[in-house]
Amino acid sequence: MGMLEAILLTVFTAATPLLIAAMGELVAERSGVLNLGVEGMMIMGAIAGFAFAQMSGNPYIGALGGMAVGALFSLLFAFLALTLVTNQVATGLALTILGLGLSGLWGEAFVGIPGVKLQPVVIPLLSDIPLIGRLFFAQDALFYVSIALVFAVSWFLFKTKAGLTLRSVGDNHHSAHALGINVMRVRYLAVMFGGACAGLAGSHLSLVYTTQWIENMSAGRGWIALALVVFASWRPWRILFGAYLFGAITIMQLHIQALNLGDVEFLPGPIYGILSLLKSIPAQFLSSLPYLATIVVLVLISRNRRLTLINTPAMLGQGFVPDR
Amino acid sequence: MARSAANGDALLEVRGLTKVFGTLKANDSLDLSIGKGEIHALLGENGAGKSTLVKMLYGSLQPTAGEILWKGKAVSVTSPSFARSLGIGMVFQHFSLFESLTVADNIVLSLGPGHSIEQVARDAERLSQEYGLPLHASTHIGDLSVGERQRVEIVRCLLQDPELIILDEPTSVLTPQEADNLFVTLNRLRDEGRSILYISHRLEEVKAMCDRATILRHGKVVGECDPRKETAASLASMMVGSEVAEVQRETREDKTGEILLEVRDASLPPATPFSIGLKTINMAVRAGEVVGIAGVAGNGQGELFDLVSGEVASTKNAVFLRGQEVGNLGINDRRKMGAAFVPEERLGHGAVPGMTLTDNLLLARHASDAVALQRFGRIGWVWEEMVDKATKRICEEMDVRKSAENPAASALSGGNLQKFIMGRELDRQPSVLVVNQPTWGVDAGAASRIRQALIDLAASGSAVLMISQDLDEIFEVADRILVMHDGTIAEAGKAGDVTREKIGLLMGGAHTERDPEETSMEADHAH
Repeated sequence: MGMLEAILLTVFTAATPLLIAAMGELVAERSGVLNLGVEGMMIMGAIAGFAFAQMSGNPYIGALGGMAVGALFSLLFAFLALTLVTNQVATGLALTILGLGLSGLWGEAFVGIPGVKLQPVVIPLLSDIPLIGRLFFAQDALFYVSIALVFAVSWFLFKTKAGLTLRSVGDNHHSAHALGINVMRVRYLAVMFGGACAGLAGSHLSLVYTTQWIENMSAGRGWIALALVVFASWRPWRILFGAYLFGAITIMQLHIQALNLGDVEFLPGPIYGILSLLKSIPAQFLSSLPYLATIVVLVLISRNRRLTLINTPAMLGQGFVPDR
Repeated sequence: MARSAANGDALLEVRGLTKVFGTLKANDSLDLSIGKGEIHALLGENGAGKSTLVKMLYGSLQPTAGEILWKGKAVSVTSPSFARSLGIGMVFQHFSLFESLTVADNIVLSLGPGHSIEQVARDAERLSQEYGLPLHASTHIGDLSVGERQRVEIVRCLLQDPELIILDEPTSVLTPQEADNLFVTLNRLRDEGRSILYISHRLEEVKAMCDRATILRHGKVVGECDPRKETAASLASMMVGSEVAEVQRETREDKTGEILLEVRDASLPPATPFSIGLKTINMAVRAGEVVGIAGVAGNGQGELFDLVSGEVASTKNAVFLRGQEVGNLGINDRRKMGAAFVPEERLGHGAVPGMTLTDNLLLARHASDAVALQRFGRIGWVWEEMVDKATKRICEEMDVRKSAENPAASALSGGNLQKFIMGRELDRQPSVLVVNQPTWGVDAGAASRIRQALIDLAASGSAVLMISQDLDEIFEVADRILVMHDGTIAEAGKAGDVTREKIGLLMGGAHTERDPEETSMEADHAH
């Protein structure tokens, strides 16, 4: 089972940054703000995480640095899109382009330098459970953070007054304003939370996933996180499901592409048959499989239109200008 | 009960309050005082400055000049939550409920910290029962009718235990019985020592209920009076500044024209688990006739409108226009056959808020009036001059008051936009007009103009189906009255013969014996 465990571990590593970034974007979108700059904030988090870890020698300081830079970077978006009421779609795209460029500039000095790895935190006893022990209880700290985030965001949104306030702002900012809720403050905080999460997710890439700085290393993960939020109809547990589904299929198709059929002839007939069938699919199609499968599955589970309508923030992407 | 505020026990006093928007003085040094334990009416046409005034009292807007005194002390009401902490509660007419949240969520949001949602849900349900405004705390607002939403607003306000309650047109969506219940509630609140600032267009209820009235026109106070000593006509003329035209009509007689609109055995399943379906609806409207449909909000009127207008397609033989089966056709196909529709919600349904009046005209009529509005017939090239001309004609005909030549629909006040939408449809001289809540939240002058237009259209030989929750309006305009309850429809009789009590009972779901007239109508259906 060693090989299966290794494969599953890589699935977890692939899903964690998606999950963290998507949780942040979920909170921002629930408040009615569509921030398409996730990719940009993530790559800024990646370079900041790498740089801070290099300078301090401590990967945890790197992760905190990634968070801080992500939040700061999102503040730029918030100022433009919320205070100056610019178009949120255009502003978000600009943020992504700016982030990709800026991180390349900052990271030039770090190219090819080995990074500092965030070591796994092994929880005694629990990690000795057969099969699942190593998977769930011997991971890096960011994995635990990502799972805790799902619990925390879900609790915050649906069980607290502050979460209700945030959802109300996303449902109708005019009503919220009329009730005396500070729409701007709620949205600023939500956007910055989203930025901090995207930054943390980025630092996972440079501190855990590859442990080095590569330009454009976010490689579209920010966009996947964005898509997950929408296709999961703005619900935290579905995002968790979607992120792991995406991670699992990504890793699976990589293994299939790399598979040498000659090495697995010892497997029982039917399994060998399935593998050779998958192997016959063109590689380009296999590469697109994670995207396709995730979208199809999440669309299927979101068929309940009523539930989807209730969970969709009605003010998404609309700027708020209070009465004179 | 009426006490003059001059004796020093004014709960709230306003002195020289002014609000300037750009070059427009929405409020021009207003003076107003509300005594403890009085129901004070605020009267005025749309655009007179009532909303601006109450928004300043509730802290959503800040005054340009002047002062507000609460219990004799000058205060600056900087925010709604500060207003609530003073003891001022507000029941809004628009814009303050969250559709995707539940009733309990909506109420919790307006309360201070330290309220558990379960406790609030229980309190709200208890209070709503107590005051005769039944509600389920776990229902989503999106599934409620306009009337039920208003209940949420009222209950939410009462839960804050306010000393002054501002009500913005609270009865415009209630049945007579519900309104009576509300009056009982309001009288009880007054007896508990609370004050009420009551905004309404309905002069009769102001006369019946209010201790004093302040009348606004063009942002200024033009009079203060004891409404019980005035007549509805004298109040109306103070509001408008001139006499309000009374609706003119010929004597009612039996209409025997050809049936232009008919619904046969139509059923519709409920759209959501909380809404209502239609159950075997049968009805017909003849040429020259106005048929009024009364009923409590949320009993299937909206669904009936959707069915007749084609927003929801049904089976082919459920709806007939001029004898042809149209049940499966869309709105534009029905428009092309001479029908016109005015839905209940003006913004977002009757008109696109962000688009100009000309664009809204084009959207509604590009297909039915293709020859008039498109160059070279139907090739899709918009004929701007003709659209502009039609828009101008409509605005003149219906006296639509607007701030710019061609403003966005959302820039018009509610009454003016309704006049424009009505005018847009009437301008086509439709042979069948279906209208839902023609004068909801519209001031007296505009309402009488819209009602007159409906009567005139019928007199010219068209069939008019009018859904309304305003019984006065139904009695004023309709020839024949139907009542909806729980997705079914019942014939109440001719407007001249039927009593309010009978309609009230039908609205509550009482069954009537079938009288001969109804049977003869059914014989007609069968041809």
